[in-house]
Amino acid sequence: MDRTEFLKHDRAFQRGHISRRAFLQVTGLGTAAAVIAACAPSTTTSPAPSEAPSTGPSTGAASEAPSASAGIDPLADWTPPQGVTLGDTLELTTWPNYHDPKTLDRFTQLTGVKINVTVFGSNEEMLAKLQAGGTGWDVLVPTNYTFETYGKLKLLEPLDLTKIPRFDASRYEARFLMPAHYPAGSPDLYGINKDWGTTGYVINTKHVTKPMTSWKDFWDLARADYSGKVTIHDYQLTAIGNALKYYGYSFNSVDPKELADAEKLLLDVKPHLFAITSDYQPAMRNQDAWIAMAWTGDAVQLNRDISEITYVIGKEGGEIWSDFFAVVANAPHREAAYAFLDYMATPKISAKDAEFHGYPVVDSAAIELLPDSMKSNPIVYPPADQLAPLEFGAAVTLTDPNRAELWARVKSA
Amino acid sequence: MTPPGLAAARTSPAGQTASRWRMRLATALMLAPMSAWYFFLLVVPLGILLVFSVGERAPEGGYQAGFTLDNYVNLSTRATAFGNTLWMAAAGTILCILVGYPLAYYLATRAGDKKTVLLILVIVPFWTSFLIRTYAWLTILGNTGIPAFLEAVGFGKTVLLNTPFAVLLGIVYNYLPLMVFPLFVSLERLDKRLLEASKDLGAGRWATFRQVTLPLTLPGLLSGAILVFIPIMGEYLIPALLGGGKVFFVGNALFDMYLQSRNWPFGSAAAIGLILVVLVAVGFYLWFGSRGRVERQVSLL
Repeated sequence: MDRTEFLKHDRAFQRGHISRRAFLQVTGLGTAAAVIAACAPSTTTSPAPSEAPSTGPSTGAASEAPSASAGIDPLADWTPPQGVTLGDTLELTTWPNYHDPKTLDRFTQLTGVKINVTVFGSNEEMLAKLQAGGTGWDVLVPTNYTFETYGKLKLLEPLDLTKIPRFDASRYEARFLMPAHYPAGSPDLYGINKDWGTTGYVINTKHVTKPMTSWKDFWDLARADYSGKVTIHDYQLTAIGNALKYYGYSFNSVDPKELADAEKLLLDVKPHLFAITSDYQPAMRNQDAWIAMAWTGDAVQLNRDISEITYVIGKEGGEIWSDFFAVVANAPHREAAYAFLDYMATPKISAKDAEFHGYPVVDSAAIELLPDSMKSNPIVYPPADQLAPLEFGAAVTLTDPNRAELWARVKSA
Repeated sequence: MTPPGLAAARTSPAGQTASRWRMRLATALMLAPMSAWYFFLLVVPLGILLVFSVGERAPEGGYQAGFTLDNYVNLSTRATAFGNTLWMAAAGTILCILVGYPLAYYLATRAGDKKTVLLILVIVPFWTSFLIRTYAWLTILGNTGIPAFLEAVGFGKTVLLNTPFAVLLGIVYNYLPLMVFPLFVSLERLDKRLLEASKDLGAGRWATFRQVTLPLTLPGLLSGAILVFIPIMGEYLIPALLGGGKVFFVGNALFDMYLQSRNWPFGSAAAIGLILVVLVAVGFYLWFGSRGRVERQVSLL
């Protein structure tokens, strides 16, 4: 156990997430146990003797580990872990346009591990493939609302934080890290934040002259002034969620009546849409579409290249989300997976990567390294009052069969 | 001198049984790869599909054992997708015939020395990935492509992308060679003396085509039609790219059911439904083909 993990357990203990006994058990290292034993004599009487023999060998290993991790400065550049065989490949399953190829190449240079990237269009597809089994994937980039399902189905492994010495939870805002704990509130962490973002819409102000500030504007104008020029995500979570916001319902609603309203709206708007697609950048770039439901990073990339394209966060609210790096259960290249997570948890690396993909990062040390143009960009880091009404997607929003079927119906209508 | 073993095999009844047994074994061995292929890649998956189609969706998605026919009853909610697929597949096949027949006719009868070059040109696009060829149409049909040209020459604003037209265009473009080749073969094999005879007997060009050329190339036409029709029925990529999620095929519905809503039982029921629809359609083609042959025999008499 290194300092980082000890602190994590310490915090969990302070917040009351784990019992004192559990805390002592997981952190039961020779010296630490002895120190705490002095403070808490009542609990150590029974666990201490039983702990002692079992921690014997691991203490030996752990006593070397801290000395290794003690030498690690998270703010310095990344170096491969010592004395670990990483193998020669790593299967990374992620989203399109989400990693700087240079970042991945550099990992290969430093470790000799070649990264094979597979990209997906939705969390549902990733989940479906993992459920079917035999993927051979190592590292996954799931979104906040998937952890409950992945945890329940044991498709991811709880992270062994000793293998990710550069990760330090204290640099991460708690609300972003929280969804990766499974069961909710437990100290078991299944992922560390890659980045976060919002779901709003981009408008090309060269053509869109009416003021647009809300989801009501979005859905109303899509059926009127800008008919044939609007795209929405091919994704039930956001398409239905933002249709729910039209009526002021929760983004995560699974109430049958509210979903029926959303379905009515979506069916009504569908003939007026240019496309239902999550690959909306080409349409926005060649001006086939003037308005597109969009995620932060696409908005940043579009705005960077075409300054007339701006980003709107619906004032009724909508979605705030975060993607994580996670290790797939029974990953064939587990050591390489952990090395990659540690690599990406290095502020220098993740800040450089963020300049490419355009999404805001959570790691406070990495934020400091970002260029000012990014830190002060309101698309990347929107003002707090715009973020306030946003909701994190819930696990049930992803798995609710009625939402899924509703969306499949709308699409095939 | 013959080896003793062989001599014995020729004479003794026991040897005959052994050789017959050996022949059977050889036949079985030669058939084994094909049978295994057929069994494991067709019969078993179909069986799984059937079992899944009467099951239930697990709470987290996927399959859960059960017995219900609800999935088949609910297929009516996908009627639009089935109807859309059927008419687009039929229209695509007819368009392929309309474009492919004259092309094949030209290649087989008029092209002369250029024939080989032209045939290769028909195949060349197949050397590029299907995905890239279809993606290219996104640019051609998009706002900065043909619509920009049409607007410049005064046709006003047109939208081509994400319409049934775009999907049909993509289908004809991608499947045309599958229509041209069977037609080309049957047209090339056509006995030209029959055409001369028809002319000698006073038939005009149209009558010759209708009564001689077309009936004799009907087998090629039908096999081309089946080669084109069946893959279009299962098409996923072209409507996904050129239809923008608005022109919807059963293939796209299947994708959504398996990978988005993760309702495998419902997806399996839809897959079985699609197989049945294709079987009926192909049955109709074959019936149509055999009917044509009967008529021909009658007319020959």
